[in-house]
Amino acid sequence: MTTHLLDVHHLRKVFHVGRAKGRSEELVAVDDVSFSLERNSSLAVVGESGSGKTTTARIIAGLESATGGSIELDGKPLASPDSPRSRRLKAREIQMVFQDPFGSLDPRQKVGACIDELLAAHFDHDKAWRRDRTMELLAQVGLDERHADELPRRLSGGQRQRVAIARALSLEPKLLILDEAVSALDVSVQAQVLNLLSDIRESLDITYLFVSHDLAVVRQISDHCIVMDRGRIVEMGSTESVLDSPAEDYTKQLLDAIPRPGWTPSRRRDLPASV
Amino acid sequence: MSTLTARLSSRRTRTGSVDKVVLVFGTVCGFLILMAVFGPLLAPHPPSQTDILATSQGPSGQHLLGTDSLGRDILSRLLAGARLSFLGPGIIVVVSATAGTALAIAAAWHGGWLDRGLNRVLNVMFAVPGILVAVLAAAVFGAGFWAPVLALSLVYIPYVARVVRSAAVRERRMPYVEACELAGLSAWRICTRHILRNVFPIVMAQATIGFGSALMDFGATSFLGLGVQPPSAEWGLMVSDGRSELLDGALQQSLSAGALIVLTVVSFNIVGERLSSRIGASG
Repeated sequence: MTTHLLDVHHLRKVFHVGRAKGRSEELVAVDDVSFSLERNSSLAVVGESGSGKTTTARIIAGLESATGGSIELDGKPLASPDSPRSRRLKAREIQMVFQDPFGSLDPRQKVGACIDELLAAHFDHDKAWRRDRTMELLAQVGLDERHADELPRRLSGGQRQRVAIARALSLEPKLLILDEAVSALDVSVQAQVLNLLSDIRESLDITYLFVSHDLAVVRQISDHCIVMDRGRIVEMGSTESVLDSPAEDYTKQLLDAIPRPGWTPSRRRDLPASV
Repeated sequence: MSTLTARLSSRRTRTGSVDKVVLVFGTVCGFLILMAVFGPLLAPHPPSQTDILATSQGPSGQHLLGTDSLGRDILSRLLAGARLSFLGPGIIVVVSATAGTALAIAAAWHGGWLDRGLNRVLNVMFAVPGILVAVLAAAVFGAGFWAPVLALSLVYIPYVARVVRSAAVRERRMPYVEACELAGLSAWRICTRHILRNVFPIVMAQATIGFGSALMDFGATSFLGLGVQPPSAEWGLMVSDGRSELLDGALQQSLSAGALIVLTVVSFNIVGERLSSRIGASG
């Protein structure tokens, strides 16, 4: 049991929607989700939009509160971070890279300052150390000193995502959540960033929780894989076994939907008309 | 130097061309501000020096804009009066922009009851005419410079707060704010270093627009005799002073002070509107 970094038990999230009509309707976004994550491994959560994969990731990160269930990190229950102190402690354990490389960096903050700010908030070292560490982190994600003095708008999408990764790594988290982190990038840039992530995992003691709808990306980055549909886990196992010999119909349908040469899209019959 | 020119040229290509309207009216604003700062030094005559042998005179070599009913040089009084005419609205804008921005960011950050409560209060404040509050303040605290300044500072808060709140709510939902939260930065730091920094251009644009209106409202209270008191020189007061001579055909005092008020209000409004629409266009 000690090898588990993260244990999620019966996680549940209910959103209340349509408050204007007086009666609120319940939308179950995450329903009885349990899984665990080994240290230094990489787990992918896949599913189409609305399957609850991003909500699950956001609950673990602490950006949403869970309706039910529990999360343990390193065997200790993960409380919802309500006090500034607990938020600071949690920041050193879990970090997240967001989907949108354009919105996830402050448009008025230079790249170097962005990382420096976090280092100053969490580490008790002088300015010179922070400067060196910033450069080290930038180098780690394949950027160099020139980029430290740039504003985000001067960088490409791939470069911005590298900055976001460097920012997340600056706090030396145990768990890095990547929420569709390469979905907004070009395919060639995607490959670069994925390779970078693989290299980082080899050199650091870090665990990935990778949320994606792109099965090709998942195959490249993750050892294990969870398939979610409408808030529930439908299938889980090692990435090869799930993607090469899927047991569930839903997983087969997802695999069928990957565009490939000579492929014609087929309409799904079980989908309700309103979707 | 080269980075500066590169930055300027990149700005130029981004917006198409330099906005000539902003350039012209911005220059006018600059001159008016310089006038407020250095005006008293440039005045050809002491602004309060009376000359009963030369009252209500038209423009002449001695008095470029003529004299008022007490024989005081109008040009000197306009130059000297610029200081009070600008200081009042200046304080109003600084106080209301600071308070309005602080309230707006706090509401956007907290959301929920604080946001709803602020919205209600702002709606009530919008319904109260500024001049009325200024008149009440003058009645309570006595006429003078500070009563209208205090009252109008309060009245102008909602104009800043409403616009800044909606911008701050937009920033609040940006992923970079979530990233800051996840990084364990304090709410105070996120609000001041990130959200405030990103809404600041909007605050400046609103303050510029507000300055024009505040100058007019402040002048109006002086005109009504509730603000700056004679013998101090102030533009609104001068318009009021000149009224008695209007029927005798001596238009110069009311007209010149009024023209300066109009020029100031129009210039600041145009610059402010242009700035805010440009900010809105670029995101």
